[in-house]
Amino acid sequence: MSEFLRDYLTVVWFAAIALLLAGLLLGIAALLRPHKPSVEKNTAYESGVNPVGDGWSQSQVRYYIFALLFVVFDVEAVFMFPWATQLERYAGFGLVEMGVFVFVLLLGLVYAWRKGVLRWV
Amino acid sequence: MILAVDLPYWAQSLLRVLGGTVAVLLPAGTIVYLFLFKMMSFMQSRLGPMEAGPYGSLQLFAEVGKWLQKEDISPEHADKRIFRAAPLVVLVSTFLLVAVVPFGPDAYFTDFDAGVFYMLAVSSISTLGILMAGWSSANKYSLLGGLRAAGQLIAYELPMVLAVLGVVIQAGTMNLQTIVVKQNSDAIFGFDGLGNPYILTQFVGFMIFMIAVQAELTQTPFDMPIAESELVSGYMTEYSGFRFLIFFIAEFATAGVFALIASVLFLGGWGVPFSWFGWDAADTGSIDNWMNIVGPLIMITKMVVLAGIIMWVRFSYPRFREDQLQRFAWKVLIPVSLVNIMLTAILKVAF
Repeated sequence: MSEFLRDYLTVVWFAAIALLLAGLLLGIAALLRPHKPSVEKNTAYESGVNPVGDGWSQSQVRYYIFALLFVVFDVEAVFMFPWATQLERYAGFGLVEMGVFVFVLLLGLVYAWRKGVLRWV
Repeated sequence: MILAVDLPYWAQSLLRVLGGTVAVLLPAGTIVYLFLFKMMSFMQSRLGPMEAGPYGSLQLFAEVGKWLQKEDISPEHADKRIFRAAPLVVLVSTFLLVAVVPFGPDAYFTDFDAGVFYMLAVSSISTLGILMAGWSSANKYSLLGGLRAAGQLIAYELPMVLAVLGVVIQAGTMNLQTIVVKQNSDAIFGFDGLGNPYILTQFVGFMIFMIAVQAELTQTPFDMPIAESELVSGYMTEYSGFRFLIFFIAEFATAGVFALIASVLFLGGWGVPFSWFGWDAADTGSIDNWMNIVGPLIMITKMVVLAGIIMWVRFSYPRFREDQLQRFAWKVLIPVSLVNIMLTAILKVAF
């Protein structure tokens, strides 16, 4: 197996050891802890009063439009990383190229700003 | 390869996994005892835990013993499978994150060429766990906490990515190991007495990174997802017993790992800021072998300092409002970090 794939195998071992450690501790806890369920204990906590309606209540997600903006910006950031590693080779050309790119990106942010998307509605 | 000894693959893996466990639990324990128990108490003019061991130093073991005996309650209407899995997802995220941190020239777990990418990708998994916990609890407080956590990650992931980009431009690589060696062997405008720890040339990036880390860790002033005065305990409201403790351990372990990553990116990682050693950025073999022993100690020192700053801010500031949080990220941090990137690139090309 190549060194490259072995690094990823190490990542798998790390995930496995996390699950193993948590499983081990939860297993020890299962041997020690009491288990006495009751109706009151199992109701959802709502500051001591009986819960009103469903737990999955509707709530207004005020910042869902941010999520769309986030997707745009995150994808742009992915494009910038390869450029950043090769900047020494591209020098002036790469700089101008990325300058235009970041300018367009900023333009998008200013547009969203002016449109009032970044306001708390 | 660890300590230049040729070990079979299974022994290497075993060493790495043991090292990783230590690298997760040691920062968590240190931060909780040193800062959460003691520093917070002294800042509030009280003594903190004093009974278990000298100066309460065995308090952590007492806490684990206590939590092991607590009943594991899952609410009646909860989505039980997701409810039980959520803390594990958060803990796995922490372990995956520590896998990328280099502790010495040969003392690393993984040596990814796209280490920075991996770090940014894996750090978002914990929010998935938080969202799972918030949704599956079937509790209004939890749901709101989970949604707030998602909104916060979205807002602060970007400044973090863009702040790291400044470091990548300066180093010209995404490999964390090379970033460390470069910081210790480079020069600032021809002056090589200090090496080039990027905190000096990327100070704006460092500040943005630390603010984003504070938000990603949901520490005060960015603790809206937990917000005990409005949401009881946010996404953790319905958790009890050891599952709650797993959330807690993961939170502080992640704080430690982020402090480690910040010291790798900005403080020169496992090196000290003097170019006494005559390192060569292109050749890790030019670094003395004993750095594998000293390196982890230097890393832990830097981790304690940075985690101390994170906790200091946490204990000092009141909570932001949700709209202030979003406004700060989108209208201040993102424009500033974009300008920072362009300035860094111009200076890099000019010199």
